[in-house]
Amino acid sequence: MIRVVLPQHLKTLARVDGEVTLAVDGPVTQRSILDALETRYPMLRGTVRDHATQRRRPLVRFFACEEDVTHDSPDEPLPPAIATGAEPFLIIGAIAGG
Amino acid sequence: MTKVRVLVGTKKGAFILTADGQRKSWAVSGPHFAGWEIYHLKGSAADPNRIYASQTSGWFGQIIQRSSDGGKTWEPPGSSPAELKDEATGMPKGESNKFVYDTSASGRPLTTHQWYDGTQHPWEFKRVWHLEPSPTDPDVAYAGVEDAALFRTGDGGKSWHELAGLRGHESGPRWQPGAGGMCLHTVVLDRTNPQRIFVAISAAGAFRSDDAGKTWRPINRGLKSQFIPDQTAEVGHCVHRIAMHPSRPNVLFMQKHWDVMRSDDAGENWYEISDNLPTDFGFPIDVHAHEPDTIYVVPIKSDSEHYPPEGKLRVYRSRTGGNDWEPLTKGLPQRDCYVNVLRDAMCVDSLDPCGVYFGTTGGQVYGSADGGDSWAPIVRDLPSVLSVEVQALR
Repeated sequence: MIRVVLPQHLKTLARVDGEVTLAVDGPVTQRSILDALETRYPMLRGTVRDHATQRRRPLVRFFACEEDVTHDSPDEPLPPAIATGAEPFLIIGAIAGG
Repeated sequence: MTKVRVLVGTKKGAFILTADGQRKSWAVSGPHFAGWEIYHLKGSAADPNRIYASQTSGWFGQIIQRSSDGGKTWEPPGSSPAELKDEATGMPKGESNKFVYDTSASGRPLTTHQWYDGTQHPWEFKRVWHLEPSPTDPDVAYAGVEDAALFRTGDGGKSWHELAGLRGHESGPRWQPGAGGMCLHTVVLDRTNPQRIFVAISAAGAFRSDDAGKTWRPINRGLKSQFIPDQTAEVGHCVHRIAMHPSRPNVLFMQKHWDVMRSDDAGENWYEISDNLPTDFGFPIDVHAHEPDTIYVVPIKSDSEHYPPEGKLRVYRSRTGGNDWEPLTKGLPQRDCYVNVLRDAMCVDSLDPCGVYFGTTGGQVYGSADGGDSWAPIVRDLPSVLSVEVQALR
């Protein structure tokens, strides 16, 4: 199972505490994780990726295994530790604003 | 027993204020959606327990929330996970919270509008400013959004579809944003004529549809704006708010960037009614529930100084449909007050005597249970108030 850590506001919106665990079919990539996340928690559609373009929202970032993978291809396989669930995939709200 | 429910949207969440018909003792619940900007909440006249809320964030975009129990509990009105699974592609297909500009209705590309510097700029959805439920069907509501467009839901907020004939008006590429963005912030429905809708856009002006939103035309004749090259142009006016009394749908009142205006012919022609106001700049305007010629504004010093003149928070009331204004000060701070009252942050209830409410950027919500003669703070220390709506529950 893939482990995903959401920012606090999205935890509230999805009504979850702690990490989210997801089953992902096929290669584990940013896109496949977000597809699985949005299928299980439809209220999160449009909050991480733009509804129309499916591109990452500008103030959202992705971390994996202590690396910022925000600007990697959404179809690039993530590290094996993410795929095995040893490490969580982090969705982060950028530090900005008031 | 009669109850009153005031719905307050703030920069850091929503609050619900409740009282009995006396409107003296209030209970406060919230924050709902803590930490999010709540641009607007509004209840359905057809089902007062149905409330729509616009929840928005610079990080996470637009969420529509819906309550079916008067604001006790909320849900994003999307499909269930099972419904979202498209059998053909395996991809989710829900459209909850999805505001995507449409070009099909107009039959031609709607690609750009005018930017601050005069160049053309792509249309980009940012947020929902205003939600206007249908007076007759709780599952129907309109959403005024930034960049300026009008959307409609017919399924209780589960999906939204643009009424693209508005942006498709030939003047669309000439619309430009005001200081707060290019927002469609006012939606006024004519209860006597379901085909008629009024909207206002900063800074394009007022528009009217007579075919339920399919086609639109500007209704800005009589407006004069010094900040545009042609001061009486067809579009380009920064209309801040339009109000109507439901019993007299052809009479409209407008608070413009500068000037308080009135139309007696459904917006075909406007004339100024500012007269003895200390300043005719401001944001909200509203009409007394039982006296169609009694209107309220909150004058603000100027477009560069968004606070009350002389540090005195004064609501001004005209009982003559404009021009003859009286300051209402009892219970309001008359020194050292430098808050603003935003365009969606004033409302009236339908009780007798009529209640009037407004919220400030300083986090106060004031109420009057006597048509504005006297005021008292309902709550003093909320986050900056973006919108105030009220429901009288009988």
